[in-house]
Amino acid sequence: MSEKYIARSSQIAARMLGGEMMVMSAVDSTFFTLNQVATAIWQAADGRTPLSEIVARNVCNEFDVDLQIASRDAEQFVDELSQHGILMVSDRPFDISADPVEAA
Amino acid sequence: MSQSHEIAVEIGGTPILFRTRDSSFRRMLIDRYTGFISSLPGRNFEFELELVTPSETEAAEDAHVEMQDGVWHLRRGDFRAHWDQRAGRGHIRQSANPYSIDSVLRIVHTLILAREGGFLLHAASAIRDDRAFLFSGISGAGKTTISRLAPPDVILLTDEVSYVRHEATGYHACGTPFTGELARVGTNCSAPVATLFLLEKGPENKIEVVNTAEAVRCLLRNILFFAEDTELVEMIFHSACDFVDRVPVRRLRFVPDARIWDLIR
Repeated sequence: MSEKYIARSSQIAARMLGGEMMVMSAVDSTFFTLNQVATAIWQAADGRTPLSEIVARNVCNEFDVDLQIASRDAEQFVDELSQHGILMVSDRPFDISADPVEAA
Repeated sequence: MSQSHEIAVEIGGTPILFRTRDSSFRRMLIDRYTGFISSLPGRNFEFELELVTPSETEAAEDAHVEMQDGVWHLRRGDFRAHWDQRAGRGHIRQSANPYSIDSVLRIVHTLILAREGGFLLHAASAIRDDRAFLFSGISGAGKTTISRLAPPDVILLTDEVSYVRHEATGYHACGTPFTGELARVGTNCSAPVATLFLLEKGPENKIEVVNTAEAVRCLLRNILFFAEDTELVEMIFHSACDFVDRVPVRRLRFVPDARIWDLIR
């Protein structure tokens, strides 16, 4: 299975409030509240680190979750946020040396 | 050449000047915005009003607000307007319909407030003991009911659309002339916001704590915003988060009788 890379879109607004990460699409105003695990993935979505490495390092190590379960949940989370243009997904690392990543 | 007539409507301390050649329309505005007519000099924003026959403008169309080349373009079936926010000048083309100019006013204030950290909110609001209380909810949630039940010591700011300003000392609610079913223009004054209540009719009067995410979600749902502009949407999001961080948000379940105001102090 090919590797996935994820990056936060520039077309979003995000804020940690009351211990919860809140994310809103500035394009369609969809609003999400992320739990602790989702927040960890969100914060690690730098466009360069493979999703599998994020799950192993930031989820399994930090939250004591089985790798298979964590990977499956992470795939679902990434899939949902990418459908709203909040997370960008690619099979190659993003070029983030220039401007922030734009949602398509 | 016909004479130009001016009138300034001041809401939330922001006067907006309208210039029209129709003196009867000006008189109608004076009646409609009683208590909100400004006679002070120094207006930052002004609009030329061009009145046309209804048939030219009233096709069914939802409101669209977008920025093009630094100018806001506002349009709906019953009006067309453009507004250069930096220059403070704009033009409105509509029939002599009070609802059209009322909508333009609401839209313009949402754009002004967004850049200042404030917002218009679907909410009744009132002042009691120098503190403002907001009662937010969709149609049918009870905004008009709770306004109608207010005791004499309560100053009603609006039963429909609340004006929330962000100031150095915190958030303030200001009166508006935007009316709902009560059809009573609010009082033109302001006070610091003490609590935002999310209204819900229920079997008993009860105040419940609301978690942060739910508070932000409900607040965002009830903020009036029309512009298709990602930068302003982002500003509104951060304003909502700031507001929830500073102002208590509670769910207010209530039965429609006057005892509910015993809880609101």
